[in-house]
Amino acid sequence: MSSAEKGDVASQQALSFFKERFGVDEGSLEATLGTALERQIDYADVYLEYTTQDSVALEEGIVKDGSRHLDQGIGVRAQSGERQGYAHSDEISVDSARLAAGTARTISDQGGGTLPVSLQGGGPAKSLYPVENSPTDVPVEAKIGLLDEIDRYARALDPSVKQVMASVITQHRQILIASSDGKMAADIQPLVRLNVQVIAGDGEKREMGYEGMGGRYALERLMDPENWQHLAREAVRVAKLNLDSVPCPAGSMNVVLGPGWPGILLHEAIGHGLEGDFNRKKTSAFSDRLGERVAAEGVTVVDDGTLQERRGSINIDDEGTPARRNVLIENGVLVGYLHDRLNAGLMGMEPTGNGRRESYAHMPLPRMTNTFMLSGQDDPGDIVRSVDRGLYAVSFGGGQVDITSGKFVFSASEAYLIEDGKIGAPVKGATLIGNGPDVLTRVNRIGNDLELDRGVGTCGKDGQGVPVGVGLPTIRIDDLTVGGTEG
Amino acid sequence: MSAAQDVPDQDLVARALDQARTAGATQADAVLVRSDSHEVKVRGDEIEYVKQAGERCLGIRTLVAQDGGFSSAVTSTCDLAHEAIDRMARETVALARAMAADPHAGLPEAGFAEEIPDLDLTDPGDRNASVEARIEDARSAESAARATDPRIDNSEGSQAGSDFSEIVYSNTHGFKGSYTSAYHSLFSEPLATDGQGKQRDYWMTVGRRIAQLEDPAAVGRKAAQRALRRLGAKSVATCEVPIIFDGLTAPSLLGQLAGCLSGYSIYRESSFLSASLGKTIASSAVTVIDDGRIPGGLGSKPFDGEGLATRRNVLVDGGRLESWLLDTYSGRKLGMPSTGNASRGAGSGPGVGATNLWIEPGSGTLDEIIAETERGLLVTELIGMGFNPTTGDYSRGASGLWIEAGQISHPVEEITIAGNLRDMLLNIDAVGSELVWRGRVASPPLRIARMTVAGH
Repeated sequence: MSSAEKGDVASQQALSFFKERFGVDEGSLEATLGTALERQIDYADVYLEYTTQDSVALEEGIVKDGSRHLDQGIGVRAQSGERQGYAHSDEISVDSARLAAGTARTISDQGGGTLPVSLQGGGPAKSLYPVENSPTDVPVEAKIGLLDEIDRYARALDPSVKQVMASVITQHRQILIASSDGKMAADIQPLVRLNVQVIAGDGEKREMGYEGMGGRYALERLMDPENWQHLAREAVRVAKLNLDSVPCPAGSMNVVLGPGWPGILLHEAIGHGLEGDFNRKKTSAFSDRLGERVAAEGVTVVDDGTLQERRGSINIDDEGTPARRNVLIENGVLVGYLHDRLNAGLMGMEPTGNGRRESYAHMPLPRMTNTFMLSGQDDPGDIVRSVDRGLYAVSFGGGQVDITSGKFVFSASEAYLIEDGKIGAPVKGATLIGNGPDVLTRVNRIGNDLELDRGVGTCGKDGQGVPVGVGLPTIRIDDLTVGGTEG
Repeated sequence: MSAAQDVPDQDLVARALDQARTAGATQADAVLVRSDSHEVKVRGDEIEYVKQAGERCLGIRTLVAQDGGFSSAVTSTCDLAHEAIDRMARETVALARAMAADPHAGLPEAGFAEEIPDLDLTDPGDRNASVEARIEDARSAESAARATDPRIDNSEGSQAGSDFSEIVYSNTHGFKGSYTSAYHSLFSEPLATDGQGKQRDYWMTVGRRIAQLEDPAAVGRKAAQRALRRLGAKSVATCEVPIIFDGLTAPSLLGQLAGCLSGYSIYRESSFLSASLGKTIASSAVTVIDDGRIPGGLGSKPFDGEGLATRRNVLVDGGRLESWLLDTYSGRKLGMPSTGNASRGAGSGPGVGATNLWIEPGSGTLDEIIAETERGLLVTELIGMGFNPTTGDYSRGASGLWIEAGQISHPVEEITIAGNLRDMLLNIDAVGSELVWRGRVASPPLRIARMTVAGH
């Protein structure tokens, strides 16, 4: 892999890569699109991907798992009205592109023209995540050294630590999209991640603690002791805390969510429901509700793919549309959806830079990038003190939503009882459930402390996983159902 | 670049092993996964998409003898040009040399499948089934769903898919094997709407042969009935009641249990069952079997991800925990032989996976179990991932049907059910008689005597 020269643009590098490595250039892409357009096709695009992913993992005191995966392929899409034909192959060549185009176009049985396509462009001139060297080029010995240090450090933190598992994952993804409207765009998307998980024991009792971080930046940042030591301390702290946790109450109560990762609430409760496909089909609980109040005054929620170096950020989406900052809820009122090209077109709206796919083997779908709520005025300490009896939840595992009914869940992994406005005993993990279209109407305090998560989120939809981010200031929500065991 | 299109898969696997040995590997294995698939979706009267693909991916694992054991690494590539395979084999060995030696790593020494039985995993005739025929299946399901009731006025669509795959596996101990299989599915997800709101639900059918699938129109109607019965759903007051998991939701409990029986979570002590082998972990009504050789089974395979013969394992017998699920590595860590449960894709090294996993049926249909439940909840869908395998703590979002006096009274949503899997397994007081396979894991309906329902 060639390293970036200063001023050399990632998109140009990716274009030259596919040309030099596979002989796929403007001419052959134009011919591929021409093949697709021989039927009556409204739109066609070609997607090329070449991804290297490396992973090194430690367990039981030794770094024993190393892996490298090469994923490459081509996907051709042909669209006719609401219909889409998609064909993909793991061979990147001029021939495989033509074959795929021939298959994809069968979605239309009408003959078409032979409109020539003339490709232009190349992608944004400035990258949100300029990385000089691919993180997959960092020598494996450096990663092994990091994991060994983490193991020693975490075990020395507390005698209750029984097991330390740590892994470092690096990815270098190059993509190129060419479409029948003459646009061509390419990108290089680096991604790094460090995971630390510990199991702490007390007699027969075992508890797990996890902390991770990552983003689209050089691996060196994760090797900074300030960062990895923080992850190890957090993982140990949470595992030990859970050893002392008490059963969580069950039922409706007032909940304070801490800043950062609890923003997964927004992702599940409203983000998915605002994706263009569900709204075009009117299968979402938010369908036909643009302009309506869906949140309390003061609540503003945005999805922003343009944040520097964030895990959920993208220079361009997987249809070549530049990422944007999209306001979804403005001061409590629903103002926007998240769109890919197809659904925006069918709804008479603009694509918003949210057409994403897991890989060349998948069709694009409207997806989130970094989704968060803007800060309000309240002091976070005052927010906790405002609750007589409730739950203070600061970290979460996964979540899920039923788009149609609007019911969503997210599962707390670190939470405390609030008694008389004071943070009390830690409680066992519990799932919180609510109704997306009205949960944000019960937000009555918004902190001045917006934080984004540490860069570990992956969102799943229709079997496709894409990296995303979330963020939240401290907020108070009244009458949320908490799924503990203590009635 | 040399084109790999015409090179037989066996030769590519052999080449990977040769190259790995030449580069210095003491042992190696390689797996090639070939897949041809198509998937279609119909929504309303329109085809939404038709997707077709052909893929071949090669996974290589190399083991290098060092002081104190073998060090190992895994790579995969979809680029199957000779140069790419040779480079990957060399890189795998270089990566393995950098890893720490592990006394438990290494290929299995015995137990390889001596014959490759035909497990009826594909119908050659289905190869000729056209994409158009699967579009018709999806269309039938979709139109039947929409015709069920005027309140079915929208849908997420109906999907049909067929996947034909071939696995070729070989290792430097001389084992060579391959098998082909197919997986066909039909799925329908309609929406029901009334004055109060809208609800979705689904029904699906899967099989190794297209002929085994349920009638498409019946799939659509069943999905529509499930969506309709959710209209008017409401939350309930927080309480403790018996919970019945139906045939769609009960397998999720079994899947969670299987994760807690995996050898990896046992030696890491990250399972709440780590110290429970030989002990009673479930009610006496519960017997759990894993069997990789059921003819036509959705989890069947003649050999596992390390070439070992698959077999029948009794995991839980009348409530007593009899066996872990093991591959060679996790078995050695625990001083036990593999149970033939190595799972392996092109993109990963061996891990533990269940094959066909089920709870033995008991007596009584779901309807009979409902009738003998005075007051409780029938869970028909679960959302979220609220399960902690280390402690067994369980808390998930649920929807379903409320039971009063042995009768379904109304649909329920926006609630959670919570407990601890250790108690839940011990408190199973009814195991139903109906066992239907919709994946590799199946369970009859189960009733748990008491769990906490959190609502308003």
